[in-house]
Amino acid sequence: MRAARTRTARKAMVLAAVVSLGAGLLAGCADDGDDSGSSGGDSGGKTKITLGLFGTMGFKEAGLYTEYEKLHPDIKIEENVIERNENYYPALVNHLTTNSGLLDVQAIEVGNIAEVVETQADKFTDLSKAEGVKPGAWLDWKWQQATTKDGATIGLGTDIGPMAVCYRKDLFEKAGLPTDREEVGKLWAGDWGKLVETGEKYKKAAGKDTYFMDSPGGLLNAILSSEEQRFYDASGKVVYKDNPAVKAAFDLTAKAAKEGLVQSQTQFQPAWDQTISNSKFATVACPPWMLGTIKGKSQPDAAGKWDVAAPPKAGNWGGTFLGVPKSGKHVKEAEALVTWLTAPEQQAKLFAVQGSFPSAPGAYGMSQVTGAKNEMTGDAPIGEIFAKAASSIPTQVIGPKDQIVQQGLSDNGVILVTQGKSAKDAWETAVKTIDNNLEK
Amino acid sequence: MTSRHDTAAPPAKGGAAPGRPPAGDTAQAERKRARLSRRWQRDMRWSPYAFISPFFLLFLAFGLFPLIYTGWASLHTVELTAPTDMTWVGLRNYTRIFDDEFFWNAARNTLTIGVISTVPQLLMAMGIAHILNYKLRGSTFYRVVMLAPYATSIAAASLVFVLLFGRDYGMINWVLNLVGIDNVDWQNGHWSSQFAVSSIIIWRWTGYNALIYLAAMQAIPQDLYESAALDGASRWRQFVHVTLPSLRPTILFTVVVSTIGASQVFGEPLLFDANKGASGGSQHQFQTLGLYLYEQGWINQHLGRASAIAWTMFLILIVIGLVNSLISRRLRASS
Repeated sequence: MRAARTRTARKAMVLAAVVSLGAGLLAGCADDGDDSGSSGGDSGGKTKITLGLFGTMGFKEAGLYTEYEKLHPDIKIEENVIERNENYYPALVNHLTTNSGLLDVQAIEVGNIAEVVETQADKFTDLSKAEGVKPGAWLDWKWQQATTKDGATIGLGTDIGPMAVCYRKDLFEKAGLPTDREEVGKLWAGDWGKLVETGEKYKKAAGKDTYFMDSPGGLLNAILSSEEQRFYDASGKVVYKDNPAVKAAFDLTAKAAKEGLVQSQTQFQPAWDQTISNSKFATVACPPWMLGTIKGKSQPDAAGKWDVAAPPKAGNWGGTFLGVPKSGKHVKEAEALVTWLTAPEQQAKLFAVQGSFPSAPGAYGMSQVTGAKNEMTGDAPIGEIFAKAASSIPTQVIGPKDQIVQQGLSDNGVILVTQGKSAKDAWETAVKTIDNNLEK
Repeated sequence: MTSRHDTAAPPAKGGAAPGRPPAGDTAQAERKRARLSRRWQRDMRWSPYAFISPFFLLFLAFGLFPLIYTGWASLHTVELTAPTDMTWVGLRNYTRIFDDEFFWNAARNTLTIGVISTVPQLLMAMGIAHILNYKLRGSTFYRVVMLAPYATSIAAASLVFVLLFGRDYGMINWVLNLVGIDNVDWQNGHWSSQFAVSSIIIWRWTGYNALIYLAAMQAIPQDLYESAALDGASRWRQFVHVTLPSLRPTILFTVVVSTIGASQVFGEPLLFDANKGASGGSQHQFQTLGLYLYEQGWINQHLGRASAIAWTMFLILIVIGLVNSLISRRLRASS
């Protein structure tokens, strides 16, 4: 009897081990998007909507979640933020291709939107058909960026990055340049070449201590952002090598780099942060969100020393979309939330707190935008300046691998000129790198 | 395993049953006993497999399957954005590696970074272990301190090193300035960046290897040293003639492990340049094979090419392993 019982016990144990192992393996493959304890999406009888975001998008900081939860007592909002888009995007692609682990709402950066539209559109709901969405409320080009050829819109725009040029009034004054924003804008109106010429004047007067601009990548990006056609043509072919606009932008940046007008830095790196803190450069290409970056990295005594001038040509840098994956648990509720978050009223609130510039023109007349001031730029009417820049942004052809091309041009190209390479060698290095990266 | 249990089983069958013949032995009881014994046999035969199954199931799921799948993917053009969308290209991904200058650049970097990190690392580890092997006050403290870098996360350590190696505001350049050397652009120079990456690896792994050496040194009988001392051998001669020969297998072990580690270097160079990490600097000057694989697969999203690189690295590792075992066999034979 006893032996029999131990045998059964052992068998039960083996069975239990095998079963639990199998269950463990299965669980490993199952949806990991949902936190334990909230299975079914209910927490305290409320519907929980989760957002996958990157960087600081500011919905929470602007109090929008709290406001929405007050309007909809049965909804609870939770966000899951990854600091850098470079880490967020590969994970998002992974989740999309396996159609698992997706949250109710996923943010998509403008640099990736073309690729997502082209390859993953069937994983997202068509937001143009969602209740309360008016396609005309967004800037047309912004709306088109997230829309497929068949007319399905997979993401609603949150912000855009109308670009201006931020400059240091104190450094300009020392270099004998005008400091009034109207006059500064006139220095280079209509032509990036004039901006570089201004840099040459600055360098003669200011000497070696500071640089005219922050980085070669920043200048190149600014010039390219104002071009309608950059790396792809309208048919989707890669044309960056043969596009005279790209080569011209590269050569102009290389010239500035050769003459030492830009310092040898890559944007958003610790060393670049330190140069802001040490007031080492006089200008930076500047969408509204850049003011937040400057503020974050500056010493307190830099407040009020900056001002914002019109760019040589209008361009766009940055901007995000919110999409609703079909496999989410609460698609209807998520669509309603996304519609509300991207409505003009909320975009205006977000601008007031976070500096993310609205992508819905309806917000441009609202007091949060027109009356916006910024600590770093004294009393500059940044809302007006950026709204004006936004109105003349060209409709840009964006391609699926824009980021790879651009990163190659700046990080493997113009940066090398600052380290003593010739513009020709730098271009060759960049082209070789980009072509290798694009080749399947 | 099973055969051993099979020989143990018969006594239970043949021995126990006739041993106590129950009164009123019916055919039913006989059948029951036979059934039980069959179960017992099956149990004995199969349950060991069940016990070891966790490892094999996990290995199948997370080891063998990815390996085979990667091999399959390496024969296709396949993108991360559509992993099920495969186009057969045969060995093209492999043949292309032969004239892929970026691959060979990465291979060269892996080799040079491997050499300038592994050699000083093991020499220093040996020296530290030798010092700690003497009776010291607070030796446990030193041993813990030595292992601390190993316990630090690569990410945290690398970020600190990036600041130390900064061109304009880094502490190392500041110290160099004090002795009259101009700023070194650690991230953008060819050798300077490789040296900086190696220093992170050295910092992290020296203590670990020192502990292994220390453990092996403590197993060397004390009387060898005593008799050497009696013969008038200095500490240096003791080290050369007693310690080193006794440590030979341990040294071989650390060389093999470090070589494998060096051929897979990834985290340190990736984090050494926060923006261009995966491409290993603006001229790929510190891009290792691991980084190149990552760049192709996750940044450029070419799964097929990345898989081919992974398999090529695997083959290179096998060659390194064979060379290592050949050398160690030679050494063992000669000793």
